Amino acid sequence: MTANEDRLKDLLVRGLDGDAAAYHRFLVELSARLRAFLRRRLARAPDEVEDLVQETLLAVHNQRHTFDSAQPVTAWVHAIARYKLVDFLRRRSRADLVLEPLDDELESLSTADADAAEARRDLAKLLEALPERQRLPIVYVKVQGLSVLEAARLTRMSESAVKVAVHRGLKALAAMIRGAT
Amino acid sequence: MNTDELARLLATGAGAVDRRAPVRRTGTAVAIGVLIAGALMALWLGVRPTLVRDAAAPMLWVKFGFVAWLTAGSAMAALRLARPGARLARVPGVLAAPLLAMWVLAGIALAGADAPQRATLLLGQTWSACPFNIAVLSLPVFAAALWGMRGFAPTRLAWAGAAAGLFAGAVGAFVYAFHCPELAAPFLGLWYVLGMLIPAVLGALIGPRVLRW
Repeated sequence: MTANEDRLKDLLVRGLDGDAAAYHRFLVELSARLRAFLRRRLARAPDEVEDLVQETLLAVHNQRHTFDSAQPVTAWVHAIARYKLVDFLRRRSRADLVLEPLDDELESLSTADADAAEARRDLAKLLEALPERQRLPIVYVKVQGLSVLEAARLTRMSESAVKVAVHRGLKALAAMIRGAT
Repeated sequence: MNTDELARLLATGAGAVDRRAPVRRTGTAVAIGVLIAGALMALWLGVRPTLVRDAAAPMLWVKFGFVAWLTAGSAMAALRLARPGARLARVPGVLAAPLLAMWVLAGIALAGADAPQRATLLLGQTWSACPFNIAVLSLPVFAAALWGMRGFAPTRLAWAGAAAGLFAGAVGAFVYAFHCPELAAPFLGLWYVLGMLIPAVLGALIGPRVLRW
């Protein structure tokens, strides 16, 4: 558990300081843990698990500036995952789907499940539905891996406008997920 | 898009994150809110002309200390509730201490007074205006605190809204204290607290709607 905590925190803190490779590792390891966490709790709705893994991963990314390194990363992630799960159940009015209590933090996120199922909702399609001025910066910077400077030239936006558009676009994507299901 | 592709997309070009930015932005907004509340108090109610002379009365310092302590405690509560998974730990105690201290002072004052004096200690001259004025003066900071809270990721929305509201109420009470003539502990322990609770309850009610993410 503490090895798990230390490792995840190290990867996240390095990621927040700008190490993209560490941040990628963090997201990959986190998605396996989120999958195990959500699979246990959504045992009666196995088809929904991968969608919720993705929604939670997007939320963790969008809220990564709220991580305080004095805090345990597992508590932070657990609170986000729980919030998204409760929100999801409220949207579906399906509180009956949950079999296990949500609050036992000690065992949560300690196991990993790398066996991803197919997501039912395709985020790539939702991405298509974003307005151009958010979609293009995301496609250039996040999908094609161009630098912010290159994306700024291609979109004729300033560099800071590109960064803001990527940030707002990913938040809009999260809002679309909330509204669509 | 599968989950590995999503993780790659999110990590690509993610860059460094300024984790102090939301605290800084909220601080700036709250400072502007305090200035507006101060101007509103000065123009609408007026600074109490005898404030400097009152400074000799210990209860004036108790009054400012009381609301300053509640301001600090509710700011701590709001900043913790703003982050997923942060624990409140000792914050409820920090908030309860000044309330209990004020109520003990009020009890002592009431115990040593006869019946008509007790009514004066509790109602003062301004009881009917006090909670309303505090609530009005809390509005600029209420808006600033909720706006700031939206830059974080609260997961207990009603509690987060209540903490932001209580903070705004405590700041409103601090500003109002520059106008207010009342110094009796029973008055402060009742009407000041009610005034601060108005935005706190409002925050708890609208939190789930305005703080959702």
